[in-house]
Amino acid sequence: MRVKFTVNGRPQEADDVWEGESLLYVLRERLGLPGSKNACEQGECGSCTVRLDGVPVCSCLVAAGQVEGRDVVTVEGLADHARRRAAAGARGTSLPDAQQARGGADSHTGEGTELSPVQQAFLDAGAVQCGFCTPGLLVAADELLESHPNPSDEDVREALSGNLCRCTGYEKIMDAVRLAAARQGEAV
Amino acid sequence: MSSPKHPTASAQRGAPAGAPTRITQGSQTRGAIGESTLRPDGTLKVTGEFAYSSDLWHEDMLWGQILRSPVAHAEIVSIDTAEALATPGVYAVLTHDDLPTEVKNYGLEIRDTPVLAYGKVRHHGEPVAVVAAAHPETARRAAAKIKVEYRELPVITDEASATAPGAVLVHEHRTDHHVGHVPHPNIVHRQPIVRGDAAAAARRADVIVRGEYTFGMQDQAFLGPESGLAVPEEDGGVHLYVATQWLHSDLRQIAPVLGLPEDKVRMTLAGVGGAFGGREDLSMQIHACLLALRTGKPVKIVYNRFESFFGHVHRHPAKLYYEHGATHDGRLTHLKCRIVLDGGAYASASPAVVGNAASLSVGPYVVDDVDIEAIALYTNNPPCGAMRGFGAVQACFAYEAQMDKLAKKLGMDPVEFRQRNAMEQGTIMPTGQPVDSPAPVAELLRRVKAMPLPPERQWESSEGADVRQLPGGLSNTTHGEGVVRGIGYAVGIKNVGFSEGFDDYSTARVRLEAVAGEPVATVHTAMAEVGQGGVTVHAQIARTELGVAQVTIRPADTQVGSAGSTSASRQTYVTGGAVRHACEQVRERVLELGRRRFGSYHPAWATAELLLEGGKVVTDGGEVLADLAEVLGDEAVEVEDEWRHRPTEPFDLRTGQGNGHVQYSFAAHRAVVEVDTELGLVKVVELACAQDVGKALNPLSVVGQIQGGTTQGLGVAVMEEIVVDPRTAKVRNPSFTDYLIPTILDTPTIPVDVLELADDHAPYGLRGVGEAPTLSSTPAVLAAIRDATGLELNRTPVRPEHLTGTA
Amino acid sequence: MDFLRPASWEEALAAKAEHPTAVPIAGGTDVMVEINFDHRRPEYLLDLNRVGDLYEWEVGEDSVRLGASVPYAKIMEHLRAELPGLALASHTVASPQIRNRGGVGGNLGTASPAGDAHPALLAAGAEVEVQSAARGTRLVPIDDFYTGVKRNALQPDELIRAVHVRKADGPQQYSKVGTRNAMVIAVCAFGLALHPDTRTVRTGIGSAAPTPVRAATAEDFLNAALEEGGFWDSGKVITPSVARQFADLCAASCNPIDDVRGTAGYRRHAVGVMARRTLTWTWESYRGTRTASEGAA
Repeated sequence: MRVKFTVNGRPQEADDVWEGESLLYVLRERLGLPGSKNACEQGECGSCTVRLDGVPVCSCLVAAGQVEGRDVVTVEGLADHARRRAAAGARGTSLPDAQQARGGADSHTGEGTELSPVQQAFLDAGAVQCGFCTPGLLVAADELLESHPNPSDEDVREALSGNLCRCTGYEKIMDAVRLAAARQGEAV
Repeated sequence: MSSPKHPTASAQRGAPAGAPTRITQGSQTRGAIGESTLRPDGTLKVTGEFAYSSDLWHEDMLWGQILRSPVAHAEIVSIDTAEALATPGVYAVLTHDDLPTEVKNYGLEIRDTPVLAYGKVRHHGEPVAVVAAAHPETARRAAAKIKVEYRELPVITDEASATAPGAVLVHEHRTDHHVGHVPHPNIVHRQPIVRGDAAAAARRADVIVRGEYTFGMQDQAFLGPESGLAVPEEDGGVHLYVATQWLHSDLRQIAPVLGLPEDKVRMTLAGVGGAFGGREDLSMQIHACLLALRTGKPVKIVYNRFESFFGHVHRHPAKLYYEHGATHDGRLTHLKCRIVLDGGAYASASPAVVGNAASLSVGPYVVDDVDIEAIALYTNNPPCGAMRGFGAVQACFAYEAQMDKLAKKLGMDPVEFRQRNAMEQGTIMPTGQPVDSPAPVAELLRRVKAMPLPPERQWESSEGADVRQLPGGLSNTTHGEGVVRGIGYAVGIKNVGFSEGFDDYSTARVRLEAVAGEPVATVHTAMAEVGQGGVTVHAQIARTELGVAQVTIRPADTQVGSAGSTSASRQTYVTGGAVRHACEQVRERVLELGRRRFGSYHPAWATAELLLEGGKVVTDGGEVLADLAEVLGDEAVEVEDEWRHRPTEPFDLRTGQGNGHVQYSFAAHRAVVEVDTELGLVKVVELACAQDVGKALNPLSVVGQIQGGTTQGLGVAVMEEIVVDPRTAKVRNPSFTDYLIPTILDTPTIPVDVLELADDHAPYGLRGVGEAPTLSSTPAVLAAIRDATGLELNRTPVRPEHLTGTA
Repeated sequence: MDFLRPASWEEALAAKAEHPTAVPIAGGTDVMVEINFDHRRPEYLLDLNRVGDLYEWEVGEDSVRLGASVPYAKIMEHLRAELPGLALASHTVASPQIRNRGGVGGNLGTASPAGDAHPALLAAGAEVEVQSAARGTRLVPIDDFYTGVKRNALQPDELIRAVHVRKADGPQQYSKVGTRNAMVIAVCAFGLALHPDTRTVRTGIGSAAPTPVRAATAEDFLNAALEEGGFWDSGKVITPSVARQFADLCAASCNPIDDVRGTAGYRRHAVGVMARRTLTWTWESYRGTRTASEGAA
């Protein structure tokens, strides 16, 4: 079957999709967006988390056909998503994030890539080790800070309780979310 | 681009989309050793662009699928692949009969593992056939059409069944180098350690404590599934992009099976989503290569989570029988212990795990009179091998339980009792090996004990109980009823690096050149970056040694010599040592170049001690002699060299004596738990750790390693266990639904106190970090649960049943 | 495999009538796991995501009509007052991501004894609104809905449209035991609702019998004890011996198995503990509201 939907603001189309394929498979194997990760494919790890019409979901449990006509944001689109959000929040007066240099990124290293605040905080806090859980955690944490700018530690833990990490023991992930929240607070 | 399905930029011939590229560290990440430095691959990882082994894609690639045995032990009567082969979209179906050479087995130490089963299957999930097809679903359907007839055999599942008279032999025709000294062919390896006179010492003991302990089978549960892409090459060889812990060990095992010389099997490390020992053995490597060579097309294999539980070895479950004695004044008199590790169907790393378990079974304590035996069994259970902590974890669980029992019996404080018996620099290990670097065991215990305790009843608030901070968490099982706090301590000892006479070396190639007027260093090793941060450390070392800002880390591959395994807490020590060693030689050559070019202009070139700092050649007095870029000019200075740590010796097969280890590392934990004593549910409130790291090359990642290791120890204390049915030897919970690892709501705050007492034998004085925190975390949590409940608890993980008398 | 995408409820019913083997998929949190792991290859997948009605709820006089696909996250957010037991149960479902997708219809359709919603629905009192193109709508009382292990009262051509849950007339509680503090399948679960209007107590037990069940004997005992002791009027503390006997009877009404998640013995024990605790919590809350309303009066 054919599936048409929007990913990170761009219309996408996938052909010859087998009906049993998940959104995750279509993103990774058909659309060249492997950022969402395939760690468990049973909704028990959160590494495939994407926003589906704004709501964080496990893309491994969304049938490809179910996303027809819908809007998906993946980790690859997170920086853009955050930039648009900041721009909307600034109501057109100033766009500090949007004015950051774009297009100068080194394709080998990602150096110079524009990052969302939560992505930058994960780097700065040392919240990334193997990094396989990172995309899902970033999407979940970004959504948390969008809806709850000043979460308590327990709120953070609850919001991220669907995202397993095997490397870090979560402490630096907590640090990263606190850091992103604090920076977000300063920026307002 | 011929494939319409994938809109990524067209892959170049031979190089898949997502193939690793070099990583250059720039301005955000300039750290020398000792500074918290950000990961060079961090940006790629947070943007989703970092290419893990399961992300690779190649034009016209096929998908490989493995058919696995549904039973644990059976003769294979027949295999019929005709229907599978006839399935449209299927390109190849291979069984054991299709292997190209006489080498049909592989193995880390003992080549006992069939690439594809023949004659019989020895464990649930053993690979029997492989399929390549255009779509993974086609491959799955075809695999399901392969008809295999099995004739089931009785299963060997424990020591009793393995060594019973007339027991079926798991391997009938052993020829390995351990078979001559084991008491039974179903025992892989046996290592006794005898020192002093344990029987005589036992008679001096005022108290004697015995315990029988059980350690459950833990899974590494790395999140990135086993995966990779094999691309056939025009010269008849194959290029394998794969997530592994040790490229050259894989290569050594793969090439003979393919019938190719090693230089025709090129390997490049793809992004690794965690490892923890589980990628030390091969998984899909040979299968993907076989299918690629057979079909002439690139073949990708990605395990799903179910398959991953069968696709790698696990931590050895163990039975540990311990007897300690002590005098009234709290001095240990002796240790008698017997450790029985279940190695499962194939040897994997079992012999080395036995050596570790035996030689570290005494823990970080002074005990002069010991009688120790460790064995690993061959059974029909899932194969077990390397996992973080490697034999030392199981022993630590047992000896720390013993320490608490002894302290209790003597009426002593458990920390004080441990401190009284703590080893220190100069202590002689049961193997006769002196501990020749700092061993601050008592100090680490003092430090964790001195940390402030978390407040009581943190879950209470004005709005009632916050269930998220209580046992049971979001499941709303208690609002404080039945909740009792407990505190427990533990400390452990882990060896660093490969032991027992293994030639443990690494190789680094370092190049220094001027690019656009800037000196740039390039570091090329085959080290597997599995998340630990080795790439960060290599850049820090190059910056420190060569005085440059910009360092490029080349992708790890087999175009450079072996780096050894990313395991045994060894990479910063050994490959870090190799990078430093290569940098030193580069520096000498650069200075030689400088002397040739500029020596006549300044006498200091000949007389002063010269350093490379800030992109310049400077004297030890701080005088700048030249810009590094000027010295280099158009020349690139490059050195590739091996570096090895001090040699070790094998343990004597009768007495266990020998200088078997390179270095030890020590960590101590204090666990604070709250137990719902009625429901048997546990909330770990805090898990404080103190660890000596010798020298923290990157403090940020050192703490990350400690917290991560601590959490894996917590997992096996209260929830993680692969459950194998003792009647059928089949795995009952191969999923993340039923094999549970800690979530962020199960993981407490983990304050870390890092001690840095240099080991003068090691580069920069560093000590391997990764494994020690995994040891003491588990027994500390168990001790805290015992403190809260008063129960004896001789097994881990402890389940609600064990706390409520309903097991 | 065919993927059917009805745009309306009528189309969905027609598709189900035409293809009775079609597997409905809404949140996908059960079905997709089975597909991903090759446990199931349905001939037809019947996508209900585009049937908007299923995502709506109406709060009526006596009950809430809850669309089958209303995600658990919405129940937690919007129906805490009306359906406190179900809201608590919703909060224990898997993870935030799953709670954003899964709804009660999926729990009912799968009818696993471990489904988190069942004990809350049993305790609150509910009817399942099912419909077929041929025979129209029928309301199945929740007590009759579960017919066996992963079996329910649905006919092959029927779909679950909504569940009608009685609005809380008193305190409700829900507890679930798992061996992890989040994202865990129930080892066993217990729901309890006080119904002061009818002076009854209802229960629901999950994962401790082949189907979700009520502890009928325990309810009868407690209803009688509360009535005879005049507890509803006096609002006095429930006698420990009454609570204990209620807990014992709840445990006795289980018919659990040993499996990889827990032993039968533990399940029985834990149900007893949860029964006692949830009774205490709800009764204390009932006493609190009585005191407060008397104070106000």
